[in-house]
This record gives sequence, C-alpha cells and structure tokens, in this order.
Amino acid sequence: MATVFGKAVKRREDPRLITGHGQYTDDVRLPGLLYAAILRSPHAHARIRKIDTSQALRHPGVVAVFTGQDIQGKMGTIPTAWLPPDSGIVTPPHHALAVDRVRYVGDGVAMVIAEDRYTARDALDLIQVEYEVLPAVVDQEAAMQEGAPQLHDEAPGNVAFHWKVGNFDPSAVQDADVVIRQRFRQQRLVPNPMEPRSAVADYNPATGEMTMWLTSQNPHIHRFLLSGILGIPEHKLRIIATDVGGGFGSKIPCYPDEALVGFAAKTLGRPVKWTEDRREHFMATTHGRDHYDDVELYGKKDGTILAIRVRATANMGAYLSTAAPGVPTILFGLIISGPYQIPYAEADVYGVFTNTTPTDAYRGAGRPEATYLLERMVDLFAREIGMDPVEVRRKNLVRAEQFPYNNPMGLTYDSGDYHGALHKALEMAGYAEFRRQQEEARRAGRLVGVGVTTYVEICGLGPSQVAGAVGFQGGLWESAQVRIHPTGKVTVFTGSSPHGQGEETTFAQIVADRLHIPVEDVEIVHGDTARISMGWGTYGSRSTPVGGSAIALATERVIEKAKKIAAHMLEVGEADVEFEEGQFRVKGAPSRQVSLGDVTLQAYLAWNLPPGVEPALEGQAFYDPSNFTYSFGTHICQVEVDRDTGEVKILRYIAVDDCGRVINPMIAEGQVHGGIVQGIGQALWEGAHYDEQGQLVTGTFMDYAMPRAHFFPTFETAFQETPSPHNPLGVKGIGETGTIASTPTVVNAVLDALSPYGVRDIEMPLTPERVWRAMKGAQEA
Amino acid sequence: MKIRVKVNGRWYESDVEPRTLLAYWLREDLKLTGTHIGCDTTSCGACTVLLDGKAVKSCTVLAVQANGREVMTVEGLERNGQLHPLQSAFWECHALQCGYCTPGMLMASYALLQENPNPTEEEIREGLSGNICRCTGYMNIVKAVQTAARKMSGESQEALEEVAANGASAD
Repeated sequence: MATVFGKAVKRREDPRLITGHGQYTDDVRLPGLLYAAILRSPHAHARIRKIDTSQALRHPGVVAVFTGQDIQGKMGTIPTAWLPPDSGIVTPPHHALAVDRVRYVGDGVAMVIAEDRYTARDALDLIQVEYEVLPAVVDQEAAMQEGAPQLHDEAPGNVAFHWKVGNFDPSAVQDADVVIRQRFRQQRLVPNPMEPRSAVADYNPATGEMTMWLTSQNPHIHRFLLSGILGIPEHKLRIIATDVGGGFGSKIPCYPDEALVGFAAKTLGRPVKWTEDRREHFMATTHGRDHYDDVELYGKKDGTILAIRVRATANMGAYLSTAAPGVPTILFGLIISGPYQIPYAEADVYGVFTNTTPTDAYRGAGRPEATYLLERMVDLFAREIGMDPVEVRRKNLVRAEQFPYNNPMGLTYDSGDYHGALHKALEMAGYAEFRRQQEEARRAGRLVGVGVTTYVEICGLGPSQVAGAVGFQGGLWESAQVRIHPTGKVTVFTGSSPHGQGEETTFAQIVADRLHIPVEDVEIVHGDTARISMGWGTYGSRSTPVGGSAIALATERVIEKAKKIAAHMLEVGEADVEFEEGQFRVKGAPSRQVSLGDVTLQAYLAWNLPPGVEPALEGQAFYDPSNFTYSFGTHICQVEVDRDTGEVKILRYIAVDDCGRVINPMIAEGQVHGGIVQGIGQALWEGAHYDEQGQLVTGTFMDYAMPRAHFFPTFETAFQETPSPHNPLGVKGIGETGTIASTPTVVNAVLDALSPYGVRDIEMPLTPERVWRAMKGAQEA
Repeated sequence: MKIRVKVNGRWYESDVEPRTLLAYWLREDLKLTGTHIGCDTTSCGACTVLLDGKAVKSCTVLAVQANGREVMTVEGLERNGQLHPLQSAFWECHALQCGYCTPGMLMASYALLQENPNPTEEEIREGLSGNICRCTGYMNIVKAVQTAARKMSGESQEALEEVAANGASAD
C-alpha cells in the first residue's frame, strides 16, 4: 500500500461539518435543560453596594439567581496556572462572581438560571445593582504611575509581576557603530473564534458524577482546574469537547462562567447551558497581546547585530487568566533574538493589572510580539546603515551548519536551514526584480513597497521539565493509546484536542502509514476525558510534534507486540521477523509471512500466545519531548499604498515555511493561509479600544474590523522540510507560523513603500487614516 | 403566534413567541443545529440560510417573518444522500477548518452561484464578504466555490445535453 504520510488526504472530520451534523457545545440538548445568563458589570471599576434579585426571582420561568455572596465558600476561585519564577508574581483572588468590587466591564455580577434562553436574558434586566463607581485605569503604563487607581491590595502599583531574562552586558556593545531605539505598540486584539464559548453541565446526584460539554482546547486541564473549583473529584468529572469552533488561545483558560454553569447544575440538580453572545465574547473572553515595547538594537556598520534589548509592559487586564503570565514572559522573552546570531539579548517585562478584560494566549502568544519588534528593528537598522534589509538578514541568520544552535536565552534550536527558506522565498517573490520595478513605480509617483520577515518559532510545547522550570503548573507531555480491534479496525485515543486543525486526519495518517492499513480504518478519539486517560491539549503548535509523536510511539509498541505473536506463529525468533507492507515476514524467506490481520485475531483469541505475552493488541505511550521544536521560514509581502487615501493594498504575499516533515500538505497549507490572514488582521485592521472610563468601544463586529474575503489576494505558499531530529516523526508545528510572520512582513512593506517620506513607524493597525496622517505629518515636517 | 414554514422541503407548524429569531427556531424547535449563530449584529453570516431562495442572516429574521415561506438550511443541501457540488468542493478544496462558519458559507455560496453561475475570483470574494471565517484565510473557500461552479455548469450542460438527446430520440 502506498504511504499516506505526506499526502493531501481529504479531511475525515469534514463530512459531518459540511452537512450540518457537527456536535458543538451549544448543539447539546438534554431533557430538563435550563439556561444561564450572566449579568456583567457595566462599569470598569466600582464597588458593589447592594444587589437586589427579588424581582428577577419572581419573574415567571426563572429558577434561580446567584450573586457573588451566594456562591461564597461554595465554590473556589479561578486559578492562575502559569507562575514565572523569580518574578514576584501575585495572584489576587478571582471570584467567579464579583463579591464586593467589579474590575472590568464584563466582570460577572450575578447569574440567572431560567427555563429558556430568552427568559434568562429578560431576568438580567430585573436585577438591581447599586454601584459606587471608582476611577478606572485601562492603560498599563498609566496604571504603573503613582496615584493611579489600584485594582488589588496584593499588587501595589498594579504590578502583577516583573520578570527579566538575558545576558546583556554594556561592555559587549562598546564596539557598536549604531544604536537604534524604537518604541512599538502591540495593540490589544480579540481572538474571535467563530464559535462563541459555551458550557453545558449535567450533574447526576445518584452517582455524584458531573458531565460538562465545554468549548475547550484542553479538556483535561479544564477537568483538573474545575475539579478543584467545584469540589468534584477528578474521576467523577467528565469534560467533553467534541467539535470546537476555533479557539486561537481563547479556549485554553478556565473561565468563571464555565465554573458557574457547573455550580448551578450541581446545586439545582438539573442540566444547565450557557452560551455567550458575541458582545459577551468581546467583554468576557480573554483578549490577546497589548504591549508597549521599548527596544534597543546595537549593531555594526557592516550589518552585524550585536545585541537586542526590550523593556516591555504587558497589559494583563483585571485578573491573571490561566496561562496569561507565561505569554509576555517565557513565550516572548526567550525568543527575542529570533533566527539571528545575536550574542547578547535581554527582555525586561512588567505584567500590569488594569480595568480591562483579562488577556491570555492569542495565536502565536508572545512569539508574534517578539518577532514583530525584532523584524521591525532589523529594517530600521538596515535603513540606518544603508544596507538592503535582506542583506542584513542574510548576514545575521544562523547558518545551517550551526545547528543545534544555542540562543542567548538558553534555548537550543533543534535544526534549520534559514538561508534556504530565505533564498526560496526571494526566488518566488522575484525580489531583485521587484526592487527594480519599485524604482520605476516611484518615478511614476506610486508608493509600492516590499517587506521581508525571517522568523523562528518555539513550537511543540514542550519538555515537562522545562515547563516546570519556567513555572507552568502542569506537564507538557502527551498521551496516546492505539487499539487494534479483533477485526483490524483501529481506535486511537489522543490527549491532543484539535478544534479545526484537522488532526482526526493527520493522526490517522500517522497510524495508517505505520500499520500499512487504509486511513479509513483508523478512528481518532479526542476531546473526552472519560475516554482518554490524560492529555494537555492543543496550543503552542504542540499537537502534531507532541501528540502525534505519542501516537507514533504507541503504534510502534503495538507493532512490537504483534511481532512477538507473529514470530510465535511463524515458529521463528522475534529477531528474524520484519514488518513490511502489512505482513510479518521471516527475514530472508519473505514467502513465510502472516498478516497483521491474522496476528490481531490471534492476539484476541489468545489460544496460542507465546509465553509471557498478554492477550489483546493495544499500545500506549506517554511522550515527553526532549526539546521544543523550532519551525522557521521567510514571508514576503508586496503592497501599494494609495497616496490620497492611505489605503494599503496587498499585491502579493509569499510564504515559505519549514515545519519539518509535512504529514498532510493540504492541511498544513490551510494553517498557513489562516495564520497569514490573522496576522495581517493585526497589521492593518484589528484593534480593541477602551475609552478612558474603561468602556470597550470596539465591542461588536461592527466596530472591530475582522479580515474578510475581499481584503486579500491569492497567497503563494511553499514548504521546505528540515526534519526535527528529536521526535519520531521529524515534525515541528505549523499552526501559528502565519500569524507570527505576517504582521511584521506587512508593516515593513508599508513602511518600505513610505520610505520616500522617511516614516519610521506607524502604530498598528495601519488604517488608511493612520497611514494618511503619517504621510501628511512627514510632508509637513 | 402560530406559524407554518416549509423547511428543506417539509412543512412545519409551530407556536412561537413573536420575538423568536428564525435562527433559534431552526436550532431549538426544529433541532436543525447546522445553522450556527456567531454574532448578534448580522455581521458574521454563520447563520445564513435561504428564505424563498434568497440568502438571509437568520439571526436577524424573526421566525414569524418566515410564515408561509420556504427556508433552506445546510441540512437541505444534500439530494438523495448525495452531497451538493458545493459541499463536495468544500471538502476537496479544504475550505473549512473548525467548520463553524461553514454552513453559512455554503448557503451564501449557494445563493451567489444561483445569481452568478460563473463568478470571477473577485466576485466570489465580494460575494462572500458578509461571511467571516477566522480559520481558513478564505483562499480555499474561493477555490471551492470556483470548483463547484465548474462542476455545476458542467452538470447543467450535461443535463441540457441529456434533454436534447432525449428530445432527439423522441422525434
């Protein structure tokens, strides 16, 4: 049978999704189901003086109303699960419903449970809350100033943590010819998966078992955390996340509302459902990014980069969300020197509380922020020393023969051919030719520009020992169980929790490839804690390198056991048997063979197994990677800026990504497309904005500009394959590369187009107004 | 209020609150959960269905407005157990990832091809500008609509030829 590894196999999850038969959380319907609605604070900062729920309780169809006081002592607070070491991190209590104070617009104040969705919403309007409005602060730098409103007694000056990493030494940059200093703003973004968050909880008082359907990227982490919050033993709590409509990081955290749904179901003895609407998503689902980055780059006139330093202030919002503190620290600071041989680097990061929605991981999480400032600095440096930005990159990129390469923060890049990807992308883009055309276009009065990004990304999160060392309160290994049934069909249980990435297909390809069976014979089970022993979920481009590797190992163990049985059946020693084309063959006498199917049946019949071999045919693996994986590549974008309106038009977009071996090129390419669009969304249109009172001004799809189909040309993508040397598949991860690379690529292209004006920086998103103002400002200057 | 609506070829009678949105009526009363709700401002198109053949966003249509009319949802696309060319094209071209926007995309694409059986790439992109996809980057959706358009025009060509052939033999 032809190998299916590396083939564009059509997705196995699609038939149910294109016919309307997906099973998303809000699709779950149970007898006696109640609906929850949450009253959210309209103020960014206020003391709660009084809550009167009596009118709401009298409303027909309302079953219960809970306030912060009602749940006090009956359920736990919402935990933070990433505590960067030596950062002085403080984690003030985050109550599922505010007890005496609200700290952002959207903070939960009360929950109504009613017989139907509409009634629950109606009753929210009948709850009377008396607030004493307090001064609010929404900007992290303002929050650090003396006299700023204080959010938590535990965090004086609103500092949640201060973390520093690096080897910067002033003596190391004494030879620098040039120092570039620039301040960048990473605006706040709203993840906006198309499926709103949702939770359904069903408690069985007879057994004490709770089943929760949840929009989760990591059901086992949710089980672990919710077990603690709800006081339900872990073995009595089942989390199901069958079809999840995108996450982009926002479905990693454990949220107050999810815990409340469980609490209500347990308290009332009836199943309860809650689904956010989009407005609620904007308010109460975690946001992403939101930094100020003050950056210094030291370099020499010949293009050598000597050092990079950043001082970042990250807006954490009103509380520290589950994984939030790891994002602007570990996932940002450790990769600040990117794909370059920069010997000295430093990141100094403040995490700050403000009266805004909590932030957490958003596609790329920390790595886009690092890549953005680095790639912008490289272009500014190139401009300063009068060198082509591609030349500067070429000069500083880590060379293929230098791998494994230790970066100044202690990471070891596993493998790479950075120059290869750069070369390929330049060829595809016709870079030299474009530069010539650019000259002509400029003479004709047109503003065209090109941006190039070379990046490296920490993928495949990650070795558990490292997770522990960097304060992640969990492991980062992955589980897999491969079961061959008596008829030869295979069920695979994975702790990864795909929610759009297509692993029901790619994981089946891994198994089918190794067992030499049709992909159709392999079923991938994910997203159910009752069926899967343990798992750490899907984020940080880890599913294929970590979850996929676990599956590969478990499959190998199945083959190992089958080989023992086959040897017994063939009456030869185990060492004399090899497995090829689905047959166990005697080495040197290939006509003597038994098929995997025959061996499987014998394994189950167990009439005549070799001594010491147990019946049945299953393999299990708990794979903990020895290192991260490091995907990399080059993206190039050509843009034209409208001189009169400031509008940016993307003319061409070229992406060459190297994520190691590619299991399914069609799916990998799809990940790149989606990532590019999301990253360009940040560059050109998206941005969450609060007014000074802490009201989210961009609270709907009418105010927050989402990328749409007609904003883009057709992308030109290609892969280069440099296998990772340390996992059994040689894979690296592709889910976030597009988002990491495309933001600086597009911004650099726009600034290149505007170079006749000498514009150094425009704050993202580069809306027509901002671009136009930048041109006008430069002209006036 | 009592309403009678033909959904995917079958008449349904129901007693609804006047404020019930069509999207919720389809999902909760008819259990047709293929129609998804992605926003509350008619912006995202996840809830797109056909009302008397025209694409509408069912989160902004009241169920009572559909009284006496015909609705088609994603569940109504298949014919005799066969995927509609749009569905198979979405599958072949990898035009979906998480699948949440997909029913709306399919219905919007269906309406687009009804109006314009041979759209250009630009026309497809414009035609789907009312539907948000956060996963795919749209490129494969455009490819899928082009593929379906080709298949469908091929099929209608075949159907015409078949009619012509039958006509000829009847002579």
